[in-house]
Amino acid sequence: MAGTNNQIDSVQNPRMTWEGCSVLLDINDGDRLVFARLSAAAKLKIGNKNCSLQPLIGCSFGSVFRVETGIGGPYLSRFNPSSEGNNDKENNGFQSKEESRDNRALVDDNKAQSLTGEDIDAMRREGATGDEIVEALIANSATFEKKTLFSQEKYRIKKQKKYAPKVLLRRPLARSICEAYFKKYPARIGFLRVDTLSLLLSMANVFANSEVLVVDMVGGLLTGAVAERMGGMGHVCSTYAGNAPYPMEIVRIFNFGIDICKSILRSSLDSLSSSKNGTSKQIGEHDDSLSVEGGLKDQTSPVCPEEICDESENGKSNILLEDSLSPVIRSCKSVKAGEKAPEEVVKLWKENGFSSLIVAAPDLDPWSLVKDLLPLLASSATFAIYHQFLQPLATCMHNLQLEKMAIGLQISEPWLREYQVLPSRTHPCMQMSAFGGYILSGTKICNV
Amino acid sequence: MLAIDPEKKLSFTRRISDGDLVIIYERHDSMKAVRVCDGSVLQNRFGVFKHSDWIGKPFGTKVFSNKGGFIYLLAPTPELWTLVLSHRTQILYIADISFVIMYLEIVPGCVVLESGTGSGSLTTSLARAVAPKGHVYTFDFHEQRAASARGDLEKTGLSSLVTVGVRDIQGEGFPDEFAGMVDSVFLDLPQPWLAIPSADIRTFEILLRAYEVREGTMEGCKGDDGVSIGALPRKRRQRSSEGSNVQEFQRSSIAMARPCAEAKGHTGYLTFARLKCS
Ligand SMILES: C[S@@+](CC[C@H](N)C(=O)[O-])C[C@H]1O[C@@H](n2cnc3c(N)ncnc32)[C@H](O)[C@@H]1O
Repeated sequence: MAGTNNQIDSVQNPRMTWEGCSVLLDINDGDRLVFARLSAAAKLKIGNKNCSLQPLIGCSFGSVFRVETGIGGPYLSRFNPSSEGNNDKENNGFQSKEESRDNRALVDDNKAQSLTGEDIDAMRREGATGDEIVEALIANSATFEKKTLFSQEKYRIKKQKKYAPKVLLRRPLARSICEAYFKKYPARIGFLRVDTLSLLLSMANVFANSEVLVVDMVGGLLTGAVAERMGGMGHVCSTYAGNAPYPMEIVRIFNFGIDICKSILRSSLDSLSSSKNGTSKQIGEHDDSLSVEGGLKDQTSPVCPEEICDESENGKSNILLEDSLSPVIRSCKSVKAGEKAPEEVVKLWKENGFSSLIVAAPDLDPWSLVKDLLPLLASSATFAIYHQFLQPLATCMHNLQLEKMAIGLQISEPWLREYQVLPSRTHPCMQMSAFGGYILSGTKICNV
Repeated sequence: MLAIDPEKKLSFTRRISDGDLVIIYERHDSMKAVRVCDGSVLQNRFGVFKHSDWIGKPFGTKVFSNKGGFIYLLAPTPELWTLVLSHRTQILYIADISFVIMYLEIVPGCVVLESGTGSGSLTTSLARAVAPKGHVYTFDFHEQRAASARGDLEKTGLSSLVTVGVRDIQGEGFPDEFAGMVDSVFLDLPQPWLAIPSADIRTFEILLRAYEVREGTMEGCKGDDGVSIGALPRKRRQRSSEGSNVQEFQRSSIAMARPCAEAKGHTGYLTFARLKCS
């Protein structure tokens, strides 16, 4: 991509996986979401089977895999859904057949299925594929034919999940990472929903060559999302109150090359705020040298892919693919994201101001942050403050008005609704996230 | 608009010069785009403003008219542009735009196809997202709209990032030369169901609820001085504090927020899909 000396990007096609790359594995349409690093040694437990991730190396993102059983045990094999077509929502199977069945004849007595567990085990031993088992289950179901097409489909999907689990290989990008965390561990990202994150990036006018100041107390998701938008051009500065930088472990999930890693810096609020003359340096230097240790330790700890899965579904959260750290990644790790901002860069920030500010600090009071941060921005810079609660933002907005620090102030609450789209059955999905937080946005004005 | 000068990454100048596009901000609901031209004037209800007074000032400055009225001069952004552009068609607004950029996974360097161009509201944000090395190819079958869009992109300084073509995309599809070259495609057409083999289809609707913030104290807390919630506190109806009629507020009162009474109830449905892996 843009980088000239960017190891990863210059030798790797980012739309294909490579040894050592970070991936998001979506198992059974989101039932389980696992971040992993690909290597020959990496293994993933699916159902009760341990599968090597080796077959995923060198494949395009977006590929689907199924667990098959071979002589050497279970393995992941590339799967082309179009050859099958049975769960293709977009084929017109639904449309063509006139729906006349309903569920009046269905009796729920658990006797509908004549295949037993032993029968299924026997099929497996004889080398039946997951799909063959699913077909056998359908053939032996007394009620399947009586079901509506819609519930036939549901039945099939349920059995497929169990007997022929599917693994979708996804690119770890701001979108997929945010969605995965929001679905499984929303608290770790401050309940920041993907549409809210997308609004923060727009409202703060983030783009290549910006100088973006962030307060990221959402695990590095915000920092990573900003850096992704800037493509290694310009800087994102993650600032923090006190001596300890905020953790940004999520940044490591993005497949950032050297340029993007280098564009991610951090600096304490004290060292950014200290006055522009020489006395500031000592203060900054002093604080930071203490915090560097903590920060570096965090950055160099082994890459342990994050398991994000429904514990209820299958309580195997012990999948840590730590040994999978490949040489490619190792060499690249000499450049770390989130290094302390060099003196000369801090100096330029002080002279020119940042071009954008984004705050996602669920536990801090927005106004007490913003009153110190806004003076660090260039005039006409845009900012966006995320918070889960309305009142602190309202107070912050009110104070900004009183102090005449900003204009175009607006508090907005995003609302996102997904639809089920099927012939004659299109409607909003039953379940939705009812709350994506609030954003206060505005433009800093010249204080002269 | 994007002020991209890789040579001086860290010294972005935000001073206004002759020929710059500025956004004239009167109030949050009253803005327009003006090209600075030494010797011209801007006239509005606040009086006459001389462009020559603006040159050399930083963006974000408050400037005064002959009558002492004032406006702010802001640096243009795609968000502001969406609010001030001339509507030749229906347009996409910030909520949909942000979601589209995120869901289409558009990052610097991407090549993006769009149709129709319409008023170029989305195009402007697409250009920002792919800058500085990517490109947006946008098509509209309406010759005049395409020409106006080109003019606007010239104005906003984005023309090097965008190519506007005239073509019937529903009838002819995108030009063959793009086959296999493109990172994302966005369609805002009357019949968008072009034959694109895809998987992982999802449809969304996104809305924004705006809140208004006003100050007040609860009845009974402060006696006669207090402003009750029911009455409109002083003169401000909305959250625009910066109008010329702002009064000083007491710091002791509290800020109260509530949803604005009116909002866009629907902007559109967004359907996303991913090209099947072959
Ligand atoms: C709603 S507007 C798009 C607005 C745009 N998304 C924006 O944000 O400004 C739809 C545009 O599609 C164009 N259009 C309609 N049918 C078309 C076709 N078959 N080929 C190309 N453009 C078409 C129309 O001329 C119109 O400008």
